[in-house]
Amino acid sequence: MSMAKKIRVLMAKPGLDGHDRGVKVIARALRDAGMEVIYTGLRQTPEDIVEAAIQEDVDAIGLSCLSGAHMTLFPEVVTLLKKRRAGDIVVAGGGIIPEEDIPKLKKAGIKAVFGPGTPLHDIVAFFEKAGSAKGA
Amino acid sequence: MSDSEDLDELESRLRKWETTTLKDALKALPERRKDFVTTSSRSVRRLYTPLDLRGKSFADRLGNPGEFPFTRGIHPTMYRGRLWTMRMFAGYGSAEDTNRRFKYLIAHGETGLSVAFDMPTLYGYDTDAPEAKGEFGTCGVAVSSLEDMQILFRDIDVGSISTSMTINAPADVVWAMYLGMAESRGVPLPKLRGTIQNDILKEYEAQKEWIFPPEQSMRLVVDTFEFGAQEAPQWNTISISGYHIREAGATAGQELAFTLANGMEYVRWGVDRGLKVDAFAPRLSFFFNAHNDLFEEIAKYRAARRIWAREMRDTFGAKSPRSWLLRTHAQTAGVSLTAQQPEVNIVRTTIQALAAVLGGTQSLHTNSYDEAYQVPNEKAVRIALRTQQILAHESGVANTVDPLGGSYYLESLTDELEEEAYRYFDRIQDMGGVIAAIRKGFIQQEIANSAYRYQREIEDKERIIVGVNDFVVDEQPEVEPLRVAPASLKAQLERLRRIRSGRDRKKWERSLDGLRKACEDPESNTMPRILDAVRARATLGEICGVMREVFGVWEEPLLY
Repeated sequence: MSMAKKIRVLMAKPGLDGHDRGVKVIARALRDAGMEVIYTGLRQTPEDIVEAAIQEDVDAIGLSCLSGAHMTLFPEVVTLLKKRRAGDIVVAGGGIIPEEDIPKLKKAGIKAVFGPGTPLHDIVAFFEKAGSAKGA
Repeated sequence: MSDSEDLDELESRLRKWETTTLKDALKALPERRKDFVTTSSRSVRRLYTPLDLRGKSFADRLGNPGEFPFTRGIHPTMYRGRLWTMRMFAGYGSAEDTNRRFKYLIAHGETGLSVAFDMPTLYGYDTDAPEAKGEFGTCGVAVSSLEDMQILFRDIDVGSISTSMTINAPADVVWAMYLGMAESRGVPLPKLRGTIQNDILKEYEAQKEWIFPPEQSMRLVVDTFEFGAQEAPQWNTISISGYHIREAGATAGQELAFTLANGMEYVRWGVDRGLKVDAFAPRLSFFFNAHNDLFEEIAKYRAARRIWAREMRDTFGAKSPRSWLLRTHAQTAGVSLTAQQPEVNIVRTTIQALAAVLGGTQSLHTNSYDEAYQVPNEKAVRIALRTQQILAHESGVANTVDPLGGSYYLESLTDELEEEAYRYFDRIQDMGGVIAAIRKGFIQQEIANSAYRYQREIEDKERIIVGVNDFVVDEQPEVEPLRVAPASLKAQLERLRRIRSGRDRKKWERSLDGLRKACEDPESNTMPRILDAVRARATLGEICGVMREVFGVWEEPLLY
């Protein structure tokens, strides 16, 4: 891959939850770190998200959810990606995620889960790694 | 203020202090940092003195409590007469689950109810809608029908307790369900006391649980003003909310400015409908955040009352002093709570609650320490309620009115916040008003910018958050989890099926047709038709479905 290729990340809010402070802060941090960020806006279904990710040819997807619907919505995105033969797109999640749900989400194919208080730096580093791994 | 001779004397003493005492002190021990700032990044000076208030008249700017401009409080005796209402925001799972929580809170001394609804309810969907998948009861209680509302308030005396409901886009429908519930129990509507949040403008700006486009939503809000003034005169038909604006990242000044700008927009729409301002203004209420910076927060409440009183009297020509009063509920800042060392949140909440009380709030919710994780468990919520009870009964802060009034720092901050609000009012007006500013994404962008700046300050350690970027410990927090029982969802789905098959189908159809016609006719008030539909056992999703068809739905400008 050429060094000039920018990492492309789709940031999405699945479900009905409108709390978008976190997703917007992270979208901006990724952009400031030099990535191409596509933000889908609110109330996306897993189908919408997967469709947008494929259309936009992204390296990774960041999902954000505060409402508690993460156990239903996050794994569905991974499943749909695999169905569409886009299983190489890395999926990470964040929001209010109880500790005990994290192993289950990881088992379902969510590569990383970022809880409240995670330094932006760690999230940026994760997507940089995810992007360059996929591009390679 | 004291006379100018005294001030001149004070000024020369201050200059002398700076060149002698202060200079020596700074040489011996430099200050901890170059700039000191508030939680909102407002610059804080080393010292405040009467000179900062020079040229300002205390009589005009403060007045006495219970008198214009109400800076020192809306009641002459404030908490000496009656304490603030302790109103804990509660809701999870099914109506049965939340009814149990309400009774628990009442048993522990709560004095008002406050309902948190789940995401599908906030967005006008029934529990069995495909869009509601995975969202049942996680962030609040699911209320899809009149029957859910009846269960929610079972064995609670709604004729005497006041109930606040945090519901916005479908506020009119949920309110109709509450009215229908009271009606079915023989409680006359004029007896009901409570509040629907019904603040759609802040949804577009911050909280983001809208359904319809702004103009249609505003019409529905004014319908509730009109209906409430006639049928339920003790009900607050709106709670104009800065809380969510702040949670989304706004500074204290932005919270103040956007909330009051929204408030004035509602008044304009009410007046444009032909309502007399004094007929509905006394039922407008407010809701503010209480964040960490004690003085900045107290100043915000005081500035809010002063601005509102002036605008209502002078700009809108309200004659009744009741129209001038800014009555507010307050909630401690959920966004300030940390998942790290969660017990420390009890301390944060205490400071924030103190700010709200010193700011003169009429009712208060204190957050529970586990809320960075979940809807609170019983122990956490009890500690949060006890926090208010300690402030009320042990701390002494409720014993005198506006105890910090006259503090040089606090009065300067109050003035500064007021000036900042007016600068925003001008910018919004230049853009063509609040709705135009929302359509341009101006308010959303201002909030997002502040949220990002705050996060960067934490990242760069310019701002210390205990347990997050300093004073960190390596331990797994112990929080007792609260989970919604799968049986609750099953029972809720079963109840919906039973309602749909058991109701009088003709009556139900006629009621929805009546509602559709009312929605299509801008001259008609929708509230009576919504109430008819609720009585005919139409569900929340069905009623909102009709409205979605007539009004369309809103898509926001995408920005971050």
